[in-house]
Formats: sequence, C-alpha cells, structure tokens
Amino acid sequence: MKNIIKINNLNKWYGEFHALKNINLEVGEGEIIVICGPSGSGKSTLIRCINFLEKFQQGSITIDNTVLEDDVKKIRQIRSEVAMVFQHFNLFPHLSIIDNLILAPIWVHHKSKQNAQEKALKILDRVGIKDQAMKYPNQLSGGQQQRVAIARSLCTSPKIMLFDEPTSALDPEMISEVLDVMVELAKEGITMICVTHEMGFAKKVAQRIIFMDEGQIIEQNSPDKFFNNPKSERLKLFLNQILG
Amino acid sequence: MSTFKFQSSKQPPKLQMGVIDWTMKNLFSSKLNIALSFGAFYLLYLIIPPLLDWLIFSADFTQKSNAECTKEAACWSFIRAKIDFFMYGLYPSEYYWRVNLLLLITLIFMLIAIVLKNHIYKNRGILLMLSIYPFIAFLLLYGSETFAIKIIQTHQWGGLMLTLVVASVGIVASFPIGVFLALGRQSKMKIIKVLSISYIEFIRGIPLITILFMASVMLPLFFTEGVNLDKLIRALIGITLFQSAYIAEIIRGGLQAIPKGQYEAADALGLSFTQKMALIILPQAIKASIPNLVGASIALFKDTTLVLIIGIFDMLAIAELATSDPQWLGRKTEGLVFVAIVTWIILYSMSRYSKKLELRFKR
Repeated sequence: MKNIIKINNLNKWYGEFHALKNINLEVGEGEIIVICGPSGSGKSTLIRCINFLEKFQQGSITIDNTVLEDDVKKIRQIRSEVAMVFQHFNLFPHLSIIDNLILAPIWVHHKSKQNAQEKALKILDRVGIKDQAMKYPNQLSGGQQQRVAIARSLCTSPKIMLFDEPTSALDPEMISEVLDVMVELAKEGITMICVTHEMGFAKKVAQRIIFMDEGQIIEQNSPDKFFNNPKSERLKLFLNQILG
Repeated sequence: MSTFKFQSSKQPPKLQMGVIDWTMKNLFSSKLNIALSFGAFYLLYLIIPPLLDWLIFSADFTQKSNAECTKEAACWSFIRAKIDFFMYGLYPSEYYWRVNLLLLITLIFMLIAIVLKNHIYKNRGILLMLSIYPFIAFLLLYGSETFAIKIIQTHQWGGLMLTLVVASVGIVASFPIGVFLALGRQSKMKIIKVLSISYIEFIRGIPLITILFMASVMLPLFFTEGVNLDKLIRALIGITLFQSAYIAEIIRGGLQAIPKGQYEAADALGLSFTQKMALIILPQAIKASIPNLVGASIALFKDTTLVLIIGIFDMLAIAELATSDPQWLGRKTEGLVFVAIVTWIILYSMSRYSKKLELRFKR
C-alpha cells in the first residue's frame, strides 16, 4: 500500500506547552484510522496540523508527495485535497445548504455552477438529506447539520478526510445517523482519519487504532489486538474507564 | 400494570384580557399609579389641545402674505410660499426638473432592486445600478460641459436636496473605507494595524465640527496656488473621513461576533484570504452590524446640519434664511417645525427599513 501521509518527528508547542512530542506516523492510501485518547492528549492538534490549521515548529508532514510548509499556495493546494469535518459542524449560516456545498467547488476548484450543483445534489442524496437542499443550516437538526458538513467536504472529491470528534456535539439520538454515513464512506476507499470516542465505530470500520496521551502516540494496533490485547498500562486503564 | 399513555395537549387557562382589564392593570394598579396616571393625564391636557390648536385648528393655510396670517397660530402659507427654497435652496428654478428627474431615477432604481429580489441577476443588477448612479447624479445635479448640460455651481445648491446629497454621499462613501479600516485593524501586518488604529482613534477623538473647519479652512492652505477644491467636495471628504472611522468600529464589532469555526471551515475548504473574507466573514459581520450601521447613518444625517457653519446651506440653514425674508418675518417656528417633520419622516423610514432588514436576516 502506498503511503499518502508521512509525518516525521513532528513537534508542536502552544507557547511553553509541548503539545505534540516527536510524532511519527504513516498513513496508507485508503486506510481508515481512528485516533483516541483522553482529552488534552493532542489528538485534535495532530489532525489539525495535517491541513495546517495549526502551525508546527519542528518535523515534517508530507501529503501525497508534497511537503507541507508555510507557503500560502502550497497550503491551499493541500487543503483542496484534504477535507475536514468539525465537532461543531461550522456550516455557513448565511448560505443555504446547497450554497454551502457548491462554494468550494466553484471558488477553489473552478467548476461551473450547474456542474457543482448536480454533484452536490447527488452527494446530499447519499447522506440522505436531498430534500433539505434549499433550507438554511439553522433549520436543521444537529445530526442533519453534521451530515451536511460531511457532504460539503465530499463535494471537492478529497483524497483524505479528517474527522475532528464529529459526534461529540450531538444529542445521543443523532449520533448513529452520522456514524452510518461515515461507515458508508469507509467502504469507498477514501483515506479517513477520525478522532472519536465512538469505540463501536472504531471496532467496526477502523483498520488501525491509535492511542495518544500527553502529546505522544502510546500504542497503535488493529482493532482486534487494540481492544483484546492492550500492551501498555495506560491504554488498559483508558479502555477500562471508557468500556466500563 | 397498565401501558403508558401520552397525555393530550390542552388549552392554556384563559388570560384576563380586554381594555378595562388592561387599564386597571397598567394605570390604576396602586395608589401611587393612580396619582401618576392622573398627573400624566393633566399634563397631556395642558399640552395637547393648545398644540393642536396652533398646528392645525387656528392655523392659516391659504393666506397670501404674512400680514393676512394670524399672529396666534401657525402660518403654513409661509411654507407654501417658500417650499421651493426649502427643497432646492438657490438652485435655479428653471433647472428644478434635473433634481426631480434624479429623484425619479432613484425611486425607479429602488423599485428595480425590490423587483429583482431573489432573481439570479439580482447582484449584477444592483452592482450595475450602484456603479452608474453616481455619474447620473453628478451629471444631473452639477452638469457637464462636454455633454452640454449647464453647470450649476455647488454654492447654489441647498435645502433638502443638499442635505440628502451630503448625507447619502457620507453614508455610502464611508462604508467601503470603514470595512477596509476594520479589516486593517485586525490585520496581522503590524504597520497596517497601527495605521488603522491610529486613524480610527484620532478621528473618533475629535468632533465633526473640527473636521469640517479643517476641511474648509486648513485644507486649502496645503494646496498650491490656483488649485481650488470645491467647498462642498471638501465638506464631503471631511464627513466621509469622519464617518468611516465609526463604520470601522461597528464592522469590527460584527467581525468579533463571528465564531472562530467559520474562519477555520473556510480555511479548511481551501478558500483564499480574499474569498474567505468576501464570501464568508464579511457578509455575516455586516448583517450582524445592520442595526448599528443604520444608527450611525441616522446620526450622520442629523450631523450634516453642521455644514451650515462653513457656509453650506442645508435644509436647517435654509429655514433660518427663509425667515430673514422681510415679507415673512417672525415665522421661524413654522420653518423649524417643518424641517423637523421632514427630517423625522426620513429618519423614521430609515429606522423602519432597518427593522425589516433585521427580521429578514434573522436566521
């Protein structure tokens, strides 16, 4: 399997605080990875470094043979291939659902409006909310909004999808409708990195689970070995707490 | 055990309503309230009847001259006789049609903008109208030798027409400058940030009168001999510079209300800085600022009366001038009341319109 993301000795500080310590990670094309760990462990920071929403001070990230550096053009190019789904959806409230979806295809990828709209409607149909296309984000439920957010990031045909705790802000009743969409996506061969606490989802679709604490990768393994045969004491403790 | 049944919804208990109930509750609910209510009624009784009497019942509407008018009440014949003066100032009467035509075009453009609502050409249409409007206004009001339209010097402009020109130029021209200043104030580039902050804080620290005086007295000192910028233009520049600092602060407030997630989402989609600002951030920031923007515009409209101290005759100055006509001596109150009514109608419509916009954008 070809590697699409290579992270080499990544270090990041927030002021004095050392948030990421010597992270090394390789992600294969089409691989589904789940990152978990206690809050403040640096999971979100790590995936936010991958599309340069966070700057890092040391180390390197290579995406699809492009080395990530602080250069406006390169960052935009990477971002047009790497999509992100946020915890709080971050839909644009002043635009209708369909306009949220066609924004990037038109302005970043220079597609025609008609072209972009056709594709957007197809994707909305896939996530099951085609009939809401003309509504505004605030008229939808949280679960629907997050599905729109996933649809929005799919509209640019990204090679990599990053999920930053996509279900943490949802009411329990709505979590499954979002996870179902993500499970469907995982079957399609798109590279996915998900920061999540949904262990059921991790068991079902992840090819590799990464456990982080205090800015470091403590352990990574296939779901089966990760849950049934944790090596480190820290992970055993963590699994005990979340699985009860 | 019986199965659970959902209860059906019921009507709320009947509230006590009606005129008598309302008055009892709001006017006569306690001894103090009864006293206050009757006190207020008495004050209204003292004020309202004489006021209506002066304004309408004893007032003269049709008399030809001041002498025929009663001294005890309003003489609206004065306004009748001077209405052109109030509206156009010293603008030559044979060219009034140019001002009226501009007003007509303005109304037609507004109508088109309303009709275009939700149409796909809406934005392009409005942009086109906005870009040609200043030229039409300039050609009609001022004139042009190349197009053989007689030039009317700005010192002949006056009255409501001038008030509207000064206020609308100030409101419209200060808006883009204010947006750039607001963005500059948030800029990561130190020099731009410092320049924007110093400009905004300097302008906000001095009164409009000072700026108008500087524009009319000091500015010409900096020009080389022979260069003479029109007095009205200088006033317009001064007012625009003044207003843009306030607009900048209002837009900044709107920008601060935008959550960080909006910036991040725009970034993550790969939008450039300009696209992010123009498509995502500014539309939301401006919508959030509408009530304050309209408030600032209303304040500016009222402040435009200050141009009279540098010798430009807006509607209020015209009211003063009109009463110095020996034929109509002693009719200053009527003039001021008339100006107040006209101003109130314009400003109240502005504030109603902003309420409507607010409701429309509430999503």
